[in-house]
Amino acid sequence: MLSRTASHLYWMARYIERAETTARLLQMGARNALLPDIGGGFRNDWEAVLQALGQLEAFREKYGDPVQRNVETFLFFDASNPASVMSCFSAARENGRVVRTALTSQVWDAINTTFQEMQALHRMERSKLIVNELADWTLRSGALIRGAIESTQLRNDGFRFMGLGHSIERGDNTARLLDVKYYVLLPSLSYVGSALDQSQWATLLRSMHAHRAFVWTYKGEITAAKIAHLLILNRQFPRSLLSATQATVDHLDALARGYGITPKATSLARGHLGELAEAHVEDIFDEGLHQFLLRFMGRNGEIAQAVQSSYLVGVPE
Amino acid sequence: MPETFNEMIDGGQVRPAYQSLERWQNEMPADLRQMKQSEAEALFRRVGITFAVYGEGGDPERLIPFDMFPRVFTAGEWRKLERGIRQRAAALNAFLADVYDQREIIRAGKIPEHLVTHNEAFERAVVGMRPPRNVWSHIVGVDLVRTGPDQFYVLEDNCRTPSGVSYMLQNREIMMRMFPHLFVENRIAPVDGYADALRHTLASVAPKKCDGDPTVVILTPGQFNSAYYEHSFLADLMGVELVEGQDLFVEGDFCWMRTTEGPKKVDVIYRRIDDAFLDPLCFRPDSMLGVPGLMNVYRSGGVSICSAPGAGVADDKAIYTFVPDMIRFYLGEAPILENVPTWQCAKPDECKYVLEHLSELVVKEVHGSGGYGMLVGPKADQSQIEAFRHKITEKPWNYIAQPTLALSACPTFVEEGVAPRHVDLRPYCLVGERIELVPGGLTRVALNEGSLVVNSSQGGGVKDTWVLAE
Repeated sequence: MLSRTASHLYWMARYIERAETTARLLQMGARNALLPDIGGGFRNDWEAVLQALGQLEAFREKYGDPVQRNVETFLFFDASNPASVMSCFSAARENGRVVRTALTSQVWDAINTTFQEMQALHRMERSKLIVNELADWTLRSGALIRGAIESTQLRNDGFRFMGLGHSIERGDNTARLLDVKYYVLLPSLSYVGSALDQSQWATLLRSMHAHRAFVWTYKGEITAAKIAHLLILNRQFPRSLLSATQATVDHLDALARGYGITPKATSLARGHLGELAEAHVEDIFDEGLHQFLLRFMGRNGEIAQAVQSSYLVGVPE
Repeated sequence: MPETFNEMIDGGQVRPAYQSLERWQNEMPADLRQMKQSEAEALFRRVGITFAVYGEGGDPERLIPFDMFPRVFTAGEWRKLERGIRQRAAALNAFLADVYDQREIIRAGKIPEHLVTHNEAFERAVVGMRPPRNVWSHIVGVDLVRTGPDQFYVLEDNCRTPSGVSYMLQNREIMMRMFPHLFVENRIAPVDGYADALRHTLASVAPKKCDGDPTVVILTPGQFNSAYYEHSFLADLMGVELVEGQDLFVEGDFCWMRTTEGPKKVDVIYRRIDDAFLDPLCFRPDSMLGVPGLMNVYRSGGVSICSAPGAGVADDKAIYTFVPDMIRFYLGEAPILENVPTWQCAKPDECKYVLEHLSELVVKEVHGSGGYGMLVGPKADQSQIEAFRHKITEKPWNYIAQPTLALSACPTFVEEGVAPRHVDLRPYCLVGERIELVPGGLTRVALNEGSLVVNSSQGGGVKDTWVLAE
């Protein structure tokens, strides 16, 4: 397969996953804004949301203080924000359009329909659009595209490159979502264990569509350790860091088998997976959640770099 | 102006080929028509059959308007067209082989030398080359117009990379999907063999150095090209890679593409970029679209390029006049399809005639395309005519003139119902091991009443084109 084709497939998948993350963060912020703040008024976690997306400064420059309406526009429709749902879906479609020959007609149809619907949403009056519905629509569209990929694409190298895009981005995004929690908590560590703390963890679970999963898996009350275990180390939870890294390794292994060459990316990813598999929640908290997440994102980024140089530039290592 | 021939009507009667369509049209209520029309548009958008227009503002992805009323040719009409087009494609290729080699046609005094060697499309870099099977133009698009029941004229030839074939294929797909019963009532020859035939044609001109199954690719300027959809569509139908210049590189005697498994040798390049951009080392040094060193590989027989660099010299408007002479000279046959009579403003006596009859003629630039920069005399006002008189006097060699033909019209869906609109036809002839064409082509229609300009950039649309099976 052309290296450029592989690269477009990989990035297409990354952007789809990223659009979903933005939508999840939007949902989480909107829900947190409905919670009373300690000492009166309501919480404003939008800064934390923007921080998690690495867009706080860009937002401030354009809009000033994070007012919900502006954050919604910025995160959903703003083409100047590379992490907005609109930018991500446009970029996903642009990548897909270039390599249409490598996509089944159902996959292309799902991506293109998403894009057309998004343009229709963009033309609607903002006052008629409800943020939760926009977020739901985004997640639904992402599911539609992934479903089309899952059920119609040939299980060839192209499929693996899309899978890699999903899993690498997903690992990064779960880490970012978790990190929002860190920023929210940062002002005062005395919140830990309070009723407010609990409800924020619950919101985080909801935004990952993991609330029920948590209840089923861990029974009992919500604690930071259990949630960290679910989102980082639980093999059953598909968005956990371990699951995402496992998927990355699986796709890289399949590529290495198919091509008969095991490049640097594969060994890097295997090493990372081995480390994660042996980690304990206590160690993570000892290290500091934020530090751990930063380290994870760094390792994940190295794997992405290696995928780039092993496969996506077309000159053997 | 002479009277317009309506392809549906003959002597006040609906022609047999159109009878079922006439019923279909009469029985279709206006609201159903509206619904079908928007269904067709939604299908085009959904499949993504758009052409890109950048830099004009508005939506960069435009649809070419699709008219649902098909255009019909009988088997007999098509037989004649097919023979004529194959003859023309053979002669154009013989001409190209000749002008880059012995130049017999020039020595025989049939074509003035300067028209060939001073032509911008003439490539010195390939003089003396002999591409595989001596084929230079592998896809010949012949633009035809009709003026009467049996009268067809060739408007121009396209020997480089004629576009539009994806519309021929998709218009048919959409008609079959929306109106299946029409295809039961009429026996319509299929066009979907085009992609197989194209792949066969391209594989059949693989270089001698290629052993085994040739690797064919389509070379596109990229996603911002207006015909990018067509490039990716054809690559998909043929199951070949769609590459950009950056995907290819030259090493040793061959051209390679960058893949996830390392370099892979490329044998045949169906290029959809112009000669000037193919190889920055040989042509334009600022080209980012091409592949440095490609022409050396091509000249030493390491890769085939379709159409061959230099093929454009055969489809120039000044050379066009001589195609009937080529047919007689190379094939020893009488031309089956006629040229439109053409005056060359480069010749003083013909130029004089043109200047005296500007209000009756169509004047075109020799290298112009897309319906721009032309004068349609009978529709022009005095100031436009005077402006052209000035231009022609300044640079006579830059212009040719033709009589205004009474282009045939086909029934077309318009605001008020169905009305005749002018049409042309572009079939696609493939030249490789065989010379062949699928029964059909792209019909372009001038949607504005009375307009003769069918270009999509100026209010033109497309129709499905039927050839009835015998």
